Amino acid sequence: MTQTNRLQQGGRIDRSRTLSFTFNGKTYRGYDGDTLASALLANGIDIVNRSFKYSRPRGIVAAGAEEPNAVVQLGSTEAAQVPNVRATQQGLYEGLAACSTNGWPNVQRDMMSWVGKLGGGFMPPGFYYKTFMAPASMWMTYEKYIRKGAGLGRAPSENDPDIYDHLNQHCDVLVVGAGPAGLAAALCAANSGARVILCDEQEEMGGSLLDSREMLDNAPAGQWVTSTLNLLAGMDNVTLLPRTTANGYHDHNFVTLHERRTEHLSDTAPKLRNHRQVRARLHRVRAGQVVLATGAHERPLVYANNDVPGNLLASAVSNYIRRYAVVPGNKLVLSTSNDHAYRAALDWADAEREVVAIVDARDKPDGDLVQQARAKGIRVITGSAVIEANGTHRVTGARVAKVDLERFAVTGPVEELVCDTIATSGGYSPVVHLASHIGVRPTWREDLLGFVPGDVKGMRPAGGSQGVYALGDVLADGAQSGAEAAKASGIASVVELSLPQAEVRQESPACALYQVPHEKTTLRAPKQFVDQQNDVTAAGIEVATREGFESIEHVKRYTALGFGTDQGKLGNINGMAIAARMLNRSIPEVGTTIFRPNYTPITFGAIVGRHARELFDPERYTAMHQWHVENGAEFEDVGQWKRPWYFPRKVNGKLETMDEAVSRESLAVRNGVGILDASTLGKIDIQGPDAREFLGRVYTNKWAKLAPGRVRYGLMCKEDGMLMDDGTTSCLGDNHFLMTTTTGGAAAVMEWLELWHQTEWPELQVYFTSVTDHWATMTVTGPDARKLLSEVTDIDLDKDRFKFMDWLNGKVADVPARVFRISFTGELAYEINVQANYAMHVWKTLFEHGKKYDLTPYGTETMHVLRAEKGLIIAGQDTDGSVTPEDLGMFWAIGYDKPYSWLGKRALTRPDTARKDRKQFVGLKPTDPAVVLEEGAQIVFDKDQAIPMSMQGHVTSSYYSPTLASGFALAVVKGGLERMGQKVYLPMPDGQTHEAEIVSPVFIDPKGERQHV
Amino acid sequence: MSDTSCASVATFDTCPDVSIPMESPLSVAVNQVSMSTPAPAVSQESQVQFEEKPFLGHLILRGSAMVLGEAVSEVLGVSLPSQPLGLVFDASGQRSVQWLSPDEWLVIVPSGEEFELENRLREVLGAAHFAIVNVSGGQTLIELSGDKARELLMKSVTYDVHPSNFPVGKAVSVAFAKASAILRRPSETRYELVLRRSFADYCYRWLVDAGEDYGLGVTR
Amino acid sequence: MFYIHCPYCGEYRGEEEFSPKGEAHITRPADPDGCSDEEWGSYLFFRQNPRGVHHELWVHTLGCRKFFNITRHTVSYEIFETYRMGEQPKVTEQSLAEALNKTRKEESV
Repeated sequence: MTQTNRLQQGGRIDRSRTLSFTFNGKTYRGYDGDTLASALLANGIDIVNRSFKYSRPRGIVAAGAEEPNAVVQLGSTEAAQVPNVRATQQGLYEGLAACSTNGWPNVQRDMMSWVGKLGGGFMPPGFYYKTFMAPASMWMTYEKYIRKGAGLGRAPSENDPDIYDHLNQHCDVLVVGAGPAGLAAALCAANSGARVILCDEQEEMGGSLLDSREMLDNAPAGQWVTSTLNLLAGMDNVTLLPRTTANGYHDHNFVTLHERRTEHLSDTAPKLRNHRQVRARLHRVRAGQVVLATGAHERPLVYANNDVPGNLLASAVSNYIRRYAVVPGNKLVLSTSNDHAYRAALDWADAEREVVAIVDARDKPDGDLVQQARAKGIRVITGSAVIEANGTHRVTGARVAKVDLERFAVTGPVEELVCDTIATSGGYSPVVHLASHIGVRPTWREDLLGFVPGDVKGMRPAGGSQGVYALGDVLADGAQSGAEAAKASGIASVVELSLPQAEVRQESPACALYQVPHEKTTLRAPKQFVDQQNDVTAAGIEVATREGFESIEHVKRYTALGFGTDQGKLGNINGMAIAARMLNRSIPEVGTTIFRPNYTPITFGAIVGRHARELFDPERYTAMHQWHVENGAEFEDVGQWKRPWYFPRKVNGKLETMDEAVSRESLAVRNGVGILDASTLGKIDIQGPDAREFLGRVYTNKWAKLAPGRVRYGLMCKEDGMLMDDGTTSCLGDNHFLMTTTTGGAAAVMEWLELWHQTEWPELQVYFTSVTDHWATMTVTGPDARKLLSEVTDIDLDKDRFKFMDWLNGKVADVPARVFRISFTGELAYEINVQANYAMHVWKTLFEHGKKYDLTPYGTETMHVLRAEKGLIIAGQDTDGSVTPEDLGMFWAIGYDKPYSWLGKRALTRPDTARKDRKQFVGLKPTDPAVVLEEGAQIVFDKDQAIPMSMQGHVTSSYYSPTLASGFALAVVKGGLERMGQKVYLPMPDGQTHEAEIVSPVFIDPKGERQHV
Repeated sequence: MSDTSCASVATFDTCPDVSIPMESPLSVAVNQVSMSTPAPAVSQESQVQFEEKPFLGHLILRGSAMVLGEAVSEVLGVSLPSQPLGLVFDASGQRSVQWLSPDEWLVIVPSGEEFELENRLREVLGAAHFAIVNVSGGQTLIELSGDKARELLMKSVTYDVHPSNFPVGKAVSVAFAKASAILRRPSETRYELVLRRSFADYCYRWLVDAGEDYGLGVTR
Repeated sequence: MFYIHCPYCGEYRGEEEFSPKGEAHITRPADPDGCSDEEWGSYLFFRQNPRGVHHELWVHTLGCRKFFNITRHTVSYEIFETYRMGEQPKVTEQSLAEALNKTRKEESV
């Protein structure tokens, strides 16, 4: 295959490096410096896709981000698949493999034509839903094939082999776009000493200057680009980011830049110096000021069959010829509303191909470019437009006629011109997308026939993005914006920039032309496309307005105008103009839709960055973590902590199940001795003369008389009276306490204490410091706990000298330790706290001595069973933010007579919290001991009641107890405390109904004797 | 060891008086070369060096600058950084005091000095309202150096680490990846991270992963 | 992504370091037990939720852990000021309206 459309010379490509690539399975060649689009055009590929809804053949229309059709699937292997890549934005590399995203099974054949026939040629908005409505059950089947025929790419089914990351950037001035305005702005700001980031989405920086016919200081404009970029690259206050799209603009000048680092090299990132390279990087930029130098997109004209391959934007024609030395056809007809587009015809003629005619909608165009065209002998037809393209798979001709734009009518005979390419221009639309990402609506400028950015704090548009188009003006505007931005970011003295001299060109004013009239009405004329990516036609918009959709936001949603990866880059304003004409309003009255991030699609990898796989979320480890790993623990996530869940042993060569392990671990604690890593409990050191007073205000119970050396259990409520957290607090000294919290509640409780201290009670002299990570905590518990501990400690463990709810200092395994005699199992228990760096030694020493007692490590599951057997709650499991201490039956822990009205007290006397029929905390004993009730199961009193049954409560915790040889549960039941001994029922989704008896939540050792031994 | 639970505040020397093997939060990750993902070694291509400085004495001081300032000068020989985000070292560079909040400072001293320091500060401060808390077991200090250390930090923290914003003598508590860390600038060539013990392994793995581009090497 | 000036750290920090805690300047009644149910309910549950200028309580969770206040516009998300606990806002709905009126008068002159 030869590059039939490639010129012998010119362009910015490197002809010494030929690259081969495949498109839809066929091999082609291009050059280094090509985009996939320019290479496809060079090879004479007309059809790149099938359209989304009508399955019409589509070709390349544009040369940049606004391309609606050439959206391809990339990747040579399954793992490397990338959907929705614009061929116009993809640099060519050796071995690139691309295929069309739409068009199953291939783009050359019209497999979807049957759908079109069903719809009678024109498929009105909502066609699929209207046509495939019945039977409803079949929609899933229809949808599968419709989607297959008209999808927008697919995700890979294998893991992505590439890595991605984020880089957090800060700068004084971020310049988006490195065209003439952006370069001038960046240079001016950088010269003044500002920290500048300049990003540009293209393979090469320079924007419109890369394909410009214009001269700067009497040299081709491209030379100024090169020298300016060299200057910027040499400054250490400047970061240049080519191949980087500013894809989202967020609050307070936070801009995300999507940098494609290796996508121009191969489909997966090549290794560099033997390590992996980041394929795409998201720069998270906090910019002092933003200069929006995003330029403008040319608007295509809307005329019949304007989607047939060979219909291009005028600027794209120039771009392909001058930048890539590719002429996308032989015979050109240009249809325009302005002078600027004439350069396409001039470039075409310079490439020594035939310009059949320039069709200008204006009556008397006479600007410099018009005169240059006439001087070259090009035929200029005035007061006219291309009203229809001929051809199906490639343009074969243009139908041209006189048009009256006021009356929206064809007023003269139609002339048929033979051509293979139609270039059109309806003027320019400033690229305002980023400026509207945070919700600021663009403003219509009638003089520009376009929207310009609304007022965004800290952002300045420059050049084309605010409708300044003449090169000299663009450079001056860019420099001024750069200077203003530098100044606004705090630079005291801004340096003047000497700008290159641009030619001044006479232009005749453009006319407003969007949809071109046709001899037939819009509904009867061949399809006139407004949004080619979403297959939205002028007729579709007309129907939408007739059906009563008057707001542009509704029209958009009804027709899909500007949806998806396109975001209305080419179609929005034409669509609004048509709606405005139909509704007899002006364009600003119809309004504009808000553009949303992302500007162009961005890979999920870049959004995720390094927060993936094992780094998805922090894993918090205790000081004994490595021991747990080595001893086969299964882990449970508790918040971000990895806690041992249970320690399965190998029994007869088989690993225990969780139930088996938990049974063994539970019995070991009840009958021998077990050990738990309790380091994850939150621990807060509280010091100060008012520490005790403070505790009294945040806990429900009394702290006035807790003596040094003693420990007390406390309940903490929010101001609404609902339980928030619980734990023990020890008195270390008169002005010194150690508070413990639940594992999950640690950070919240710490913040809670600070909140009240900082906002309501700053006069209290007290300080809180988290010591959760400082202390490692190991709980030795069971009847043999004292025997074991006595072997390794100098603390007198005599039961009368070291009593339940006491704490003592001493040494354990030669390491200074604070030992707390508290119990969460109901058994004799010691909680040993040592400085975490010594914890592993202490833990291992306990196991050395524990061998003879068969010291059994247990995890959170056994901990749950043991505490539930004792009716001890877990805040957040047995409570859910709607449970008061009274509901829990913990009247003993509520100090109603404390002098200060502690947090939550007042709320406990509100009528709702004082109700007698509130859900109250009870135990449940299933009638069948083999039944383990489901946690969350709903409780009813009358098992025969018709559905919907009255739900009276639910199960909060439920386990099998090896000690009781029965299932048992904790629950909250309406008026439960008054219902002891009554039967309740638990209907299950499978139709079974379990029966259980309401009992005390304390199932074992109700008098609490075992923990006092 | 001193048990002063009869006093209004209980101080407690957590250091044993015999030699006991210690494990820092990163002992396992950094030292076990046999692990499935051994720590990358320092090579000539390393543009970032990672080194843990384990087992240092870390104390939190709470109180007003007025109350603490004189005591810190007298006992430590450095003036308390009363301006936000300040970090000062003593002449030897071994002891530092860092501003954490208007009434909170972090003191880091060589291993084993922390209990004596606490006692001396308490003695000088007397009956004033303050708090001193030993958190030596709860955090560890990491040193990052090398040409690409700053860029590695840019991948990890949203804070602006450009020298114009983060000069020598500044220390900040910031978000680090999805955890948090204290980030310090003790000298032109080094950065320090103070990590909470339980998050240290995650932060270590994050830095090793993000440092691959720069040939990050771990000093053992 | 807000950029918030912490009045204690004295510099701007990214949003991820902070947590919002709802409406600012809600004072706990001095004598909760003397409050009627309605007064207590209003303290507990009822908030302004304005469209416009809002004074909010935030905490610098990952930084200095201090609580402070923010005056923020709930539509534009512009932050007008941050101030310490115990201080009063300088920018209010009223002060903004007055400033706007003043500008209008100057323009019309």
